[in-house]
Amino acid sequence: MQTKPTALKILDIVSVLLLAAATYLALFYAPEEAVMGQVQRVFYFHIGTAWVGLLGFLLAAIMGIVYLVTHDQKWDIVEMAAVEISLVFFLITIMLGSIWARPVWNTWWTWDPRLTTAAITELIYIAYFMLRAGIEDPDRRARFGAVYTLIGGVSAPITFMVIRLVRSIHPVIIAGNDPSSQGTFAMTGGMQVAFFFGLFAFTVIFIDLFWNRIRLGNLAAKVEQLKLNITN
Amino acid sequence: MTSKTLITDNKVKNASFSKAIAAVVWKDLAAEFRSRELFSAMLVFSLLVILIFNFALELDIKTRQSVTAGVLWVTFAFAGTLGLNRSMAVEKDRGCLDGLLLAPVDRAAIYFGKAISNLVFMLIVEAIVLPVYSFLYAINLFQPGLLLVILLGSIGYVSVGTLLASMAVQTRTRDVLLPILLFPVVIPVLISAVKASGGYLTGGDFTTEILPWINVLLVYDLIFTAIAFMTFDYVVEE
Repeated sequence: MQTKPTALKILDIVSVLLLAAATYLALFYAPEEAVMGQVQRVFYFHIGTAWVGLLGFLLAAIMGIVYLVTHDQKWDIVEMAAVEISLVFFLITIMLGSIWARPVWNTWWTWDPRLTTAAITELIYIAYFMLRAGIEDPDRRARFGAVYTLIGGVSAPITFMVIRLVRSIHPVIIAGNDPSSQGTFAMTGGMQVAFFFGLFAFTVIFIDLFWNRIRLGNLAAKVEQLKLNITN
Repeated sequence: MTSKTLITDNKVKNASFSKAIAAVVWKDLAAEFRSRELFSAMLVFSLLVILIFNFALELDIKTRQSVTAGVLWVTFAFAGTLGLNRSMAVEKDRGCLDGLLLAPVDRAAIYFGKAISNLVFMLIVEAIVLPVYSFLYAINLFQPGLLLVILLGSIGYVSVGTLLASMAVQTRTRDVLLPILLFPVVIPVLISAVKASGGYLTGGDFTTEILPWINVLLVYDLIFTAIAFMTFDYVVEE
């Protein structure tokens, strides 16, 4: 029986505290945005979750390559952990984005590059899990999963660029002043604090979840192995 | 080993590689020519899709202008999955895939062979659907540029499709899985192909409305043929 490492336990607690602090900064500390009002506060978590989703997405594609090169089962566990976290966080990003978009763009959804790519990435992830669910042999499951994350990891950026060729109204907050985007605003000091703290907090939360999920994956692999031993 | 023998060695290798590809293509075409099951299914299915679109979208002259490109590509994409599934399922069902893998050739040659024969099937179906569509709706679809777009789009579709189909047939859910795996990753191809075809059909400006999409198609075809070439080995490995 494996007990949870102390460092991970501490990280769990730190993550919860950071999330609470980030919530406070986003909801109370940051000043109210002049044009959009209170709803703009969604932004701090919207970016934080999007960042974590993207991080997981990149990690998954890299782990796919690493697995194909090394054929070591542990990279498959890491890859799946990254995909799973990214799936959840992109979903949260999309929902928060919709809440923000309703008053600002006057619509829940628009076929903008970021929105569309996020939605397609979710579909790729769902396909990934359906693919894995249909394969019993763990080695083959890992190989197919790795190949598919690699394909998804290459195709999603291309999708993004392609839809960008079509149109965009999504605001680019950092270093962007496209006049056609709607909902752009300049960040003041208090906003920046909340923003960067949010990014930091979500990065730590990501690491914590990632670690927990990898641990869970290792335990699940062990259970599978033990079950096989019994049936043999 | 002298450099001369090395060169001839390479030549022999290249010759056997292209021979292996040709053999796989030939096998598929010969089998298909005798049974015609895949081809007839794809063709009838495509015509049915167009028939359904006709009533679902009320394809009168005005809507036709704007939706023709979309209707065509949805038809090709659906008929394409049908073909891809069938072509890999045949290999799997009768244990042919194992036989192919036992052959002492580069696995990549098998991939290219399968991809080329899938592409041929798709192009034949398209070659029949296009005149039928032109005939039904009095639109001239036989423009060289449009044909090029269809070729590039089909290459992109088939290059990923062949790889994913060979994954899908090895799973429990099989044919159900292929479109779910394939569509989210071929979206760039479908969007650019629809845009470029639409550009030709509405007589849009070449450099601003058509060329960017053709570039995307070229890039996609190159990248994904390369990825499939590199990863096919892992997909068929036992």
